[in-house]
Amino acid sequence: MKNWQKYIGLFLPLLAVAALVIWPTITGKAATRESVFTILKAIALVSSLNILLGYTGYVSFGHIVFFGFGGYLGFYLLSARDWPLWIAILLGGLGSGLLAFLLGKAILRLRGAYFALATIGVNEAMRAFINKFEPFGGPTGMTLNFKVYQAYGGAAKALEMCFYIVAALAFLAIILSYIVRTSKFGLGLLAIRENEDAAEVMGVVAPDAKTWAYVLSAIIPGMIGAVFFFKNGNVEPPDAFPLHASIELLVMVMLGGQGTVLGPILGAFAYQGMRGYLVTSPLFKNIQLSVAGALLLLIVLFIPLGAVGWLRQRATVLRRVLT
Amino acid sequence: MQQINLLLASLPDGILLGLVYGVAAMGLTLIWGVMNVINLSHGPIIALGMFGTFLIFIKLGINPYLGLLLVAAAGLLLGILIYLVAVHRVINAPHLSSLLATFSVNMIIIGLGTAVFTTSPYNVDFSMGSFKIGSLTLLGTRLIAALAAILVTGALYLFLYRTRPGKYIRAVANNRAAAELMGIPSMRILALSFGLGTMLAAISGALIATFFPFSILSGSGYELKSFVICVLGGMGNPIGALLGGLTLGVLEGIVPAFLETSWVPVIEFALFILILLVRPSGLFGAKR
Amino acid sequence: MTVLLSVQGVTKRFGGLQALTQVTFDLPEGQILGLIGPNGAGKTTLFNAINGAYPPEEGRITFRDKDVTKAKPYNLARMGMARTHQIVQPLNELTARENVMVGACFGREHQSLGRAGRIADEVLEFVGLAPRAGQLASSLNVAQKKRLEMARALAAHPFLLLLDEVLAGLNSSEIAAMVQTVLKIRSQGVTIIMIEHVMKAVMNISDRIIVLDYGQQIAEGTPAEIAKDPRVIEAYLGDPKLAQRLMREA
Repeated sequence: MKNWQKYIGLFLPLLAVAALVIWPTITGKAATRESVFTILKAIALVSSLNILLGYTGYVSFGHIVFFGFGGYLGFYLLSARDWPLWIAILLGGLGSGLLAFLLGKAILRLRGAYFALATIGVNEAMRAFINKFEPFGGPTGMTLNFKVYQAYGGAAKALEMCFYIVAALAFLAIILSYIVRTSKFGLGLLAIRENEDAAEVMGVVAPDAKTWAYVLSAIIPGMIGAVFFFKNGNVEPPDAFPLHASIELLVMVMLGGQGTVLGPILGAFAYQGMRGYLVTSPLFKNIQLSVAGALLLLIVLFIPLGAVGWLRQRATVLRRVLT
Repeated sequence: MQQINLLLASLPDGILLGLVYGVAAMGLTLIWGVMNVINLSHGPIIALGMFGTFLIFIKLGINPYLGLLLVAAAGLLLGILIYLVAVHRVINAPHLSSLLATFSVNMIIIGLGTAVFTTSPYNVDFSMGSFKIGSLTLLGTRLIAALAAILVTGALYLFLYRTRPGKYIRAVANNRAAAELMGIPSMRILALSFGLGTMLAAISGALIATFFPFSILSGSGYELKSFVICVLGGMGNPIGALLGGLTLGVLEGIVPAFLETSWVPVIEFALFILILLVRPSGLFGAKR
Repeated sequence: MTVLLSVQGVTKRFGGLQALTQVTFDLPEGQILGLIGPNGAGKTTLFNAINGAYPPEEGRITFRDKDVTKAKPYNLARMGMARTHQIVQPLNELTARENVMVGACFGREHQSLGRAGRIADEVLEFVGLAPRAGQLASSLNVAQKKRLEMARALAAHPFLLLLDEVLAGLNSSEIAAMVQTVLKIRSQGVTIIMIEHVMKAVMNISDRIIVLDYGQQIAEGTPAEIAKDPRVIEAYLGDPKLAQRLMREA
């Protein structure tokens, strides 16, 4: 296999994201930047979830908890402690990673359906906990003092900066996904996904590998959370741990095709595009969740491998290229 | 001393509630026992049961306990529909597929429900008076609901052990391939079993509606309780579900004496994880 | 003759069922040990105990002078033990080559991806699956999946190879080919324990045979000794007098 063919699996996704990033500059509209921001955020979140779901085969119904936790942590450091944004983002990510590590120690030994069940409760339990946690503002959350934006050149400039940070995180997520996918570690994860017992017999130290996968899948969502809520100006429990976000993440991963680098990106793009349309249409606004549910059901019933997975099955050549 | 009084006051209530929770959990554990599927649409169906009582009582003026039969029938039909549309195709696929399929149905119901009912709380103002036994006051609604729960359990057992469809269900639960070889129409039996499971969920919802205010989102709290009860009692074990329900009810009766009630979901979740880790076959033994 | 594996008094219970009782034997390096017995005798359970899947309640297992009674399967793989399964366990959505690479990457030698790929190609050639290297494991037939399991196990260049019914479901020419492969593996210095039901093959290929029945070791010796042992015949046929009568009439 020629060298350049090997890297298509990386360059294609990166190119797609680069195109997205440039698009607002072309149209010059602020609204475009907002939409692209949402898509980039989705791409970063979904690519990260893919490391756990697509590569390792462990379904997490509550992955949004890392977004919320990182968001809260970062926000707290920014507003209550007055720390610089960069550190807040970094620590938001690391904090989420630590949470994943601790959580993983407890629940990763559960297999298949039981693990999924455990993750369902995680989001709700975390929300209930944060609701009572006074240092994080309890049920009313925290609000950012506007003067914090001054340190970054004013609110408008800060917003623009957030856009580029999220873009950078999306790139990072893709690169991380690619590195994991093509590494020996990634091969171990795939083996676990296919048959965990057989993988252990062959020498894959499943408990460690799974923990690392979980941690890696949590870091970038934590960082995204920190940026998102900095941009938002305030954070509250229902915004940080939204019920529907978990299913949206799942839909996006599975729509594009879990287990590939490109899949989550396509899925994120397609779903956000559809959602954007739904939200503006008066008919569909209220049943957004139902549409997401129906979509997921259709995918599960008819194209469980997602768009990219379906393509990969059609031709061996595609399989090598569309990592 | 005050805590003991609180305890005495809330304990009987907890037991009665626990029986109703047990019915809900029985629905979940039945589906798991028969076809190895965890019905993640369990919560919203409980919520639909609640709304069923509301509509029947408020809009039609029928006594909620008579309306229970209507809600049960609706729950049964809904379950059969969900099975045929969403579950049957992935019944033999890896667990993940059926989890996602029922999760999708969950979201579909919540989405539609939110559109129709919004997320505001609803109330069924229905009182059956109260009874004083010594220093305890028991609400009539609780007593009747507990009685209904026991009757439903009895009816379920009669059905499973004394009727032919019930026997078919037990056969399919035991060994689906062998049952098919003996001519049992497995798809119909599976649909029926799923429907029974959702029927129990709807019934419990209908009963809970007479206790507390509710919204379309209330189901998820009871879904979590059902999961906890199922792992407590052992997945696939209906009597275990009832006993587990009692246990949880008692626990819920005890907790408010020492902690704020909003800690309850966190404690339940912690308990859930703990049991899965320590004794995944449940306190009363699982079917598998 | 160095002892590679030592099994001392291994006992395994599953609830009320006594699956293995006081199984004891030493395995010298380079030997092919046949493990036979009627269905349900506990042969695969013994493999599971040695391999770390189901640690025994009593007894000791020593591999290369280290106590591995409570070791996990992945640790044993790192130490140079590999096994195949009675019911094949392919990594379905990976290609045959990727399957074998997993063995090379995570086994004893802990190869990098690049070298694992080269080893995979060699091993696939050795078991005769080279033309199918790029095919998904799920698309192989049973005989090919069995060879894939073996290839996966061999890719780690193990010291000890546990083969669980590699001949099951094969026709006679496939069996002959597989027997040759097993001998080739031994000639490369690998010690082998084989669970088998295909009597002719296992009798011909084994240096030594152990017979299990209801979890107990009822006989141990050369193939010739085992074939004449009345207890073995009774275990398989159920009644020693019947066996004698059948032999007289034959």
